Amino acid sequence: MNTRQNGQSTETTSPAELAWDSPGVASVPYKFFFDQEIYELEQRRVFRGPVWNYVAIESEIPNPGDFKANFVGDTPIVVARGREGAIHTFVNRCAHRGALVCREIRGNSMTHVCIYHQWSYDLEGNLIGVPFRHGLEGKGGYSSDFTTAGHGLQKLRTASYAGLVFASFSAEAPVLEDYLGDVARKWIDRTLNRPIRALGYSRQLIDANWKLYAENVRDPYHGSLLHLFNATFGIARVSQEGAVTMDPSGGHNVIHARKRTQEQETRAYSQEKIRSYQKSFALADPSLLQGEPDPLIDTTTTIQTIFPVLVIQQIANSLATRQIIPKGPSRMELVSTFFTYVDDDEQTVSTRLKQANLAGPAGYISMEDGYAIELVQQSIVHGGDYASFVELGGTGRKLEDDLVTESPIRGFWHCYRELMTRAL
Amino acid sequence: MNMAANNGNARELVEELLAAYVSAIDDGDLERWPEFFTEDCVYRILPRENDSLNLPLAVMSCNSRAALADRIAAYRKANLFAPHAYRHLLGPVRIRDEGRHEVAARTNYAVFRTALDPIDYGTSEVFSVGEYRDRVVVVDGLARFREKSVVVDTCKIHTLLATPL
Repeated sequence: MNTRQNGQSTETTSPAELAWDSPGVASVPYKFFFDQEIYELEQRRVFRGPVWNYVAIESEIPNPGDFKANFVGDTPIVVARGREGAIHTFVNRCAHRGALVCREIRGNSMTHVCIYHQWSYDLEGNLIGVPFRHGLEGKGGYSSDFTTAGHGLQKLRTASYAGLVFASFSAEAPVLEDYLGDVARKWIDRTLNRPIRALGYSRQLIDANWKLYAENVRDPYHGSLLHLFNATFGIARVSQEGAVTMDPSGGHNVIHARKRTQEQETRAYSQEKIRSYQKSFALADPSLLQGEPDPLIDTTTTIQTIFPVLVIQQIANSLATRQIIPKGPSRMELVSTFFTYVDDDEQTVSTRLKQANLAGPAGYISMEDGYAIELVQQSIVHGGDYASFVELGGTGRKLEDDLVTESPIRGFWHCYRELMTRAL
Repeated sequence: MNMAANNGNARELVEELLAAYVSAIDDGDLERWPEFFTEDCVYRILPRENDSLNLPLAVMSCNSRAALADRIAAYRKANLFAPHAYRHLLGPVRIRDEGRHEVAARTNYAVFRTALDPIDYGTSEVFSVGEYRDRVVVVDGLARFREKSVVVDTCKIHTLLATPL
């Protein structure tokens, strides 16, 4: 594995290895989390394969010329609003000699000009200007068969659903609505039930493979065991009354929970003798958790994942999208965009901002996630011959299940393995 | 105390408050952290990215001294994170506004985080740089933060932020 000489990568991972022998995908070889060659293969087969990658919220780029620089997998891309209002996505790499064209993270510009030789592009990524194309005083220039049409920025398919913008490198990806499927669309329709606007961003750099985070957000088992905040302050549910739901591909999952009574809580904890149950503490400022639930949202928590990189979070009144960006085999970035509904009043916005304390890099019930997956990464790099054990709830992929299961994780790996092994 | 009577001492007052504040954090004496604030304080860690876009989202925010105490209670009893230590370095205090009852000051800060876990033990990194935007008042003869906004240039936070800045 991982043979790299003089900058050349030699593929030595056999198809059998990529299709590792675990029928229910209830075990994953640890090398999938740190191997450079597998990382490069998944850039092509997963992120640039027949999937839709979340790249923006429509309202982040409301006006013609608005753009946002982002990534699909680890490929830099630009999402731009065109003159007629349509959204376009293109690779941020000049068609001439490869320089990064767009040099700001966001802004407004009706053209994108590469500074190196001033090749300029329109908002769809079409080449519109080439200096000295016909030479200077009859000397030099490009040959007469040069066309701008043949030298645009690489374009991605772009589509939106419920205000979320997705991009795909692949002509084979089904139309976005079909890719999302009925189950995922139902939950997106629920959470994004009316227009939204961003309240701000949080970013985390985590020293772990992106798939460890993809597992984490599909793992209903860890919530009450790793995140002790709710239990410590008597807020919580050891195993909230909730369920997991997934679509047939396995890639898109939803973990959702509703409140149980305090009595059920106490009983559940004392039965399990879990370290997280402590009765004596209460929040000195309980306003953190005050705030009316949204009339259209009846869950206390919903973590919805859209394969491969999107998470849609509803924790109490805190709403956010999270985008996973791989940064090499052992590192990832997590960008959360907290949002509110456009029609929310000031009080509701204020509640959402306060409850943002629950999530993100300093989140009361989320900070442990980055830490936990780093602990995995630190350890498995020395265990390449070993594999994980993902058999909670069996080895199947139930489309509906309770919370004491790793079924959604198996769903993720099923989807991933299909993409990594499919005939190209 | 009347702030105006302290005109000449405003800088000194803020400097001393800041020095005590960062020592308490760097020494791990976090139970003292809420004491540096007024009861009705505002504390928030605001990414510079959001500040520059006029977006209000803070990665940590507390709207009362009680909420600060909750942060520390959770830190001690609930939240889990790699063991680490902070070291703050502060730049010169710039007094922006000196009212009758309140001083507004800005101070650059850098926080180095040193890992104390078994894998990276003893490794220091520049964890966070940015600016303190403080509003300081005197209550019962003691300077306190009425408002402390930590505007963080390092908006891409390495792993997590448990210990306050």
